[in-house]
Amino acid sequence: MRTRPAVLPAALAALALLGSSCSLSTEGDDSGDHASGACGEVVLVTHDSFDLPKRLVSAFEKESGCRLTHSAAGDGGELTSKLTVTQGDPIGDVAFGVDNTFAGAALSEGVFAPYDAPLPAGAEQYRLPGDDDGVLTPIDNASVCVNIDDVWFDDHGIAPPTGLDDLTDPTYADLTVTEGATTSSTGLAFLLATIGEYGDGWTRYWQDLLDNGLKIDKGWEDAYYVDFSQSGGDRPIVVSYDTSPAYTVKDGRSSTSALLDTCFRQVEYAGVLDGAANPTGAEKVVDWLLSPDVQAALPTSMYVFPVAEGTPLPKDWASFATSPTTPIEVSPADIADHRREWLTQWTDLTSG
Amino acid sequence: MTGRPAMRRVLGLLALAAVPTAVLAVFFLLPVSGMLQRGLWPEGSLDLGVLDVLGEERTRKVIWFTLWTSAVSTVVSVVMGLPAAYVLHRLRIPLRGVVRAALLVPFVLPTVVVGIAIRQLVGESGPLGSLGLDGTPVAILMGLVFFNVAVVIRTVGAAWEALDRRPAEAAAALGASPGQVLRTVTLPALRPAIVSSAVVVFLFCATGFGVVLMLGGTRYSSVETEIYLLTTGAITGSVEYQAAAALSLLQIAAVVALLAVAARLRAVPDPTVRRTRATAARPTRRDLPALLATGLVLLAIATPIATLVTGSLRRDGRWTLEFYRALQGTGEDAGGGGIGGGLLRVPITDALGNSLRIAVDATWMSLLLGVLVSVVVTRRAHSRAEASVRGVFDGLFMLPLGVSAVTLGFGFLITLDDPPLDLRSSPLLVPIAQALVALPLVVRVLVPVLHGIDDRQRQAAASLGAGPVRSLLTVEVPVLWRPLLAAAGFAFAVSLGEFGATSFVVRAQAPTLPVVIYRLIGSPGELNYGTAMAASVVLATTTALVILVVERLRVPGVGVL
Repeated sequence: MRTRPAVLPAALAALALLGSSCSLSTEGDDSGDHASGACGEVVLVTHDSFDLPKRLVSAFEKESGCRLTHSAAGDGGELTSKLTVTQGDPIGDVAFGVDNTFAGAALSEGVFAPYDAPLPAGAEQYRLPGDDDGVLTPIDNASVCVNIDDVWFDDHGIAPPTGLDDLTDPTYADLTVTEGATTSSTGLAFLLATIGEYGDGWTRYWQDLLDNGLKIDKGWEDAYYVDFSQSGGDRPIVVSYDTSPAYTVKDGRSSTSALLDTCFRQVEYAGVLDGAANPTGAEKVVDWLLSPDVQAALPTSMYVFPVAEGTPLPKDWASFATSPTTPIEVSPADIADHRREWLTQWTDLTSG
Repeated sequence: MTGRPAMRRVLGLLALAAVPTAVLAVFFLLPVSGMLQRGLWPEGSLDLGVLDVLGEERTRKVIWFTLWTSAVSTVVSVVMGLPAAYVLHRLRIPLRGVVRAALLVPFVLPTVVVGIAIRQLVGESGPLGSLGLDGTPVAILMGLVFFNVAVVIRTVGAAWEALDRRPAEAAAALGASPGQVLRTVTLPALRPAIVSSAVVVFLFCATGFGVVLMLGGTRYSSVETEIYLLTTGAITGSVEYQAAAALSLLQIAAVVALLAVAARLRAVPDPTVRRTRATAARPTRRDLPALLATGLVLLAIATPIATLVTGSLRRDGRWTLEFYRALQGTGEDAGGGGIGGGLLRVPITDALGNSLRIAVDATWMSLLLGVLVSVVVTRRAHSRAEASVRGVFDGLFMLPLGVSAVTLGFGFLITLDDPPLDLRSSPLLVPIAQALVALPLVVRVLVPVLHGIDDRQRQAAASLGAGPVRSLLTVEVPVLWRPLLAAAGFAFAVSLGEFGATSFVVRAQAPTLPVVIYRLIGSPGELNYGTAMAASVVLATTTALVILVVERLRVPGVGVL
């Protein structure tokens, strides 16, 4: 018995060694000076869905002399909150992914510093209304639209709905699923679409939707992958994106389509953070996000439309992902002013 | 007794307590108070607006919902977990080790994946759709029990395994029925472990926001989901420090109250139990009810996992390994619905490696801290004052379980931003945050066992000339070895599955497997969805294997004392 206990300290020591050698020392080892130029390190903070091909990142580092460090900070809402909380002492140099539903709050908190990036042709229309200091640069856009499962409607011999009004029609009772406006940016965009369409009458419209058997899920993945009939659920009407039909293509046909009169457009912006350690590098990143190569990579990397006119789109997108020409609009200032009131009303309505 | 040894004893305990206290202070107390300060002292002076928040109708509804769902899930988890703890830790049944390791799988699965699996079962078009459970509190309870029953099985099982069988045998020999033995001998001896695990489960349930959001839709809100929505600005578009602080304070008060109650319930007249390592017995006819109950528990846990596995293997009504093949790609060829290649998306093996490395770090950190805390807490107090200091110390380390992960995560951002504590983007923050969450579990596994050690053994060792270290090695370590392995498995699984605080830390470049799964499942296209399922299966399998190996690290003979 005397010799046995010595095994434990030895094992603990081994475990500790294993742990430290595994991780503590290796993290951050790739900060080699392969791209050491005048620019130094620049930290790009984004939402979790940010993604771009490695070769584009390398090309940027080579050309600018900056070393790009990426840091993901949660979904769009979490990202904006983190930027607000750390205003003046930012968690990076440049941020990407604040959209027009959250931008109002970020502007009023003074999260961003002015930077007037040269916009490519066609991008001007996406500028944030009310951004008088010119702090945010539009990078991409995608619209939240009601999607329908065409195959389901064919099979059931029911004419598919064509607009928001139809969703309260008893013909479509218990057929619609959407996302929570407080728990999902997709859900929030849909709420804004109804507010833009019906004005003050939106609460009534929602009451009718609920009476007609609307189902509200937490998030997009939940609504699309569990309840939408195209994925095996039993509701053929779902709130999703204008690009979604490009991902249900089989034998040259998409089995779903987006109702283009029901759309609310989300524009995602990039901006230099106020108090950034490397503002020059940050500006270079914003320019890079507008470059033709990055704009062309946006559809396949992040499932969004580029803002630069004439950017080539993937094959399926050209045929099946149609961007709405006149999306429903609510101004960012309006959103910032009324958001609390709207969401409180919405919460009361839906949890009643 | 003279003053000097007493002084030395106290100093020794203080030295042991110093490291864990410092870690807790920097990585928990500081960040949380930073967030509270912004709610309570918004403009540099005390603002009692927090009290208004607590008086609101909605707040009361949220509190009540949290309390009852957590209480019911805890009771269900204990009732379901006890027979399984007995069967899996005292009976010799085939594949015991495998089943025990598999039970920890729910811990590591991302909530979003389990949520989808459960919803596919109970959803309107699922096999259990006719029960109408989708979006009801019952679905939330199912989810909470699914995630937490393993806590009971493991904590109680570890104590049960080390329980001397002789008192029970003596009672039986004296004519007690099996039911009487259970009631009068076994359960009282297990009470500290049962209470401990119930407390942990309750706290996990009360703070598990993913489950409530996924399975309850937007209709139900718990204190934790409310804090999440308020802090991330989902409701108002800006961070609601005040309301979030009010609810966080409430959580802290609730944890303190819960711990006080638990301390009373846990106290047994003589915690000293003669420990043996009972060899597992062959199951008999009398064990049939327990075996059946265990079967039910396993079925309840296996069904959602089976849904997941099926989802990873089927495409267009055919069986396929396509999604597993997709895991290997980094997919620079992204096109119609494929996995994009880029800055974040790495081969699955890299992401898995990142996850495992962080988990190994979190495990040794929490074991190290856990042993120190447990030893300090369980040394027999020499005065009433010392005993209450001990109690506070014990409770302090339970706080990370009961306090909102969102508050902690945002607290990191605003407090750990200046030298010498400029740590908010440090890769160390993730394993440390996870270690803090795993720590209470480690402590709760170890404390009942250490309590069971007769102080006279230490005294005997000391009087025979053993120093404190030697005494630790000869008295505590042999008894602690197996529970320590159990705790290691636990901590490892918690680390792999922790999404609270770590998901609010600004993540470094290296993505972990759960992060990759979230990204996949949030993207359109069947390939992304199926690949997310396949990645979940890989995560679950790896975890189970690692835990299995850890638990096999038996040192022959150790533990017999």
